Amino acid sequence: MAEEVKLFRTWSSPYALRIVWALKLKGIEYETIFEDLTNKSPSLLQYNPTHGKVPVLVRDGKPVCESLVILEYVDEIWKHNPLLPQDPYEKSMARFWANFGDDKLMKSIWQLFIAHEKDQDVAAVAALENLKIVEEQLKGKKFFQGETIGYLDLAFGWIANLVSILEEIMSLKLVDGERFPHLSSWIQHFIDAPVIRDCWPPRDKMIIKFQVMRENYLAAATPK
Amino acid sequence: MAGEEVILLSVYPSMFSMRVRIALAEKGVKYELKEEDLTNKSLLLLEMNPVHKKVPVLIHNGKPILESLIIVQYIDEVWHDKNPLEPSDPYERAQARFWADFIDKKVFDPARGIWATKGEEQEAAKKEFIEILKILEGELGEKPYFGGETFGLVDVALIPLYSWFYAFETCGNFKIESQCPKLVAWAKFCMQRESVSQSLSDPHSVYDTVLFLKKMFGIE
Repeated sequence: MAEEVKLFRTWSSPYALRIVWALKLKGIEYETIFEDLTNKSPSLLQYNPTHGKVPVLVRDGKPVCESLVILEYVDEIWKHNPLLPQDPYEKSMARFWANFGDDKLMKSIWQLFIAHEKDQDVAAVAALENLKIVEEQLKGKKFFQGETIGYLDLAFGWIANLVSILEEIMSLKLVDGERFPHLSSWIQHFIDAPVIRDCWPPRDKMIIKFQVMRENYLAAATPK
Repeated sequence: MAGEEVILLSVYPSMFSMRVRIALAEKGVKYELKEEDLTNKSLLLLEMNPVHKKVPVLIHNGKPILESLIIVQYIDEVWHDKNPLEPSDPYERAQARFWADFIDKKVFDPARGIWATKGEEQEAAKKEFIEILKILEGELGEKPYFGGETFGLVDVALIPLYSWFYAFETCGNFKIESQCPKLVAWAKFCMQRESVSQSLSDPHSVYDTVLFLKKMFGIE
């Protein structure tokens, strides 16, 4: 059955990477459309009129938006190499932790990243607490759901790349092997996985991009 | 199902708790309702939701399920033979999940702003709130439910908000129906379902809670 699958993404979006990985894990062929979010294409605005964001997966002309929603859709359409657990309780836990990753962990790390020096200590406490919670989840496991990469690894995948980039810019080590042995080990397994390995955006470009973002945030924030 | 133990940790005026109660009622699930006092959280709540310490929590045969929409989806999957809430088609299901996620991301901050702020901040919250409701009206279109002919996930996600409309209107001094008539019509239609009318908190009780919260937070 000839299917037309397109993925709207940017070169740097960690959310879009989730879908790149998922499609690769499922062996699905698709067309990539790179967007410039400062100059959105009419197609993107047509397919995601509500948010105008990436990623958007379009299958046979029908768009699906929001990366975690797309992950579940991909898993339901292409049932081989399942990403989500089958058991309803395990599935609900996977969804819970994915939400935690986006709503709490990513937000707290970002808050630390854009904090003024005087606010860094407080921001760091929250980020470290949330990292510790994730560390606990990885005890005794190679990947979040066991021996193979699944939905939750893809949801947390941004940790394996983006965190070290933010750390370099901040000159601050968050995820060190001593405090976070399981998380550090998971990062290594994840980045070594063949499916994940070749998808990262260019590191030097990422550093420049996030450095500029940080400078803009620090300049815009009115010091009290 | 014999030998099922279902407990819901809930707080009366919480819209998130209402979502779960609606879902359980749609499926005809017998459960024990435990009201939590959020100023004095029970050991059970702290044990079952150590990460967020929030309600609602569904405890099914001793195992906790957290986050209202995740709970609703869980209920839909486990008690799948009655009144399905998620569409069966994967694409339609993805659309429903998108809109449920939209509601979670967009509605509650401006909603809170309406009762928890005043002056310019409150006006901005009211404006944003109506804008979001109008987007949802657009998505509803001419359908009886967000799910089409059947009551579904998005309806469950949004309808508890209706029980707070009286509180919003009184605090914000405005009428939601005059700006979003279609949405209010949809809400009244949903209220005809027993699962909804039984699960939504009484608007005046909600308003009393809001007044209490305002006092507690020293607002106005």
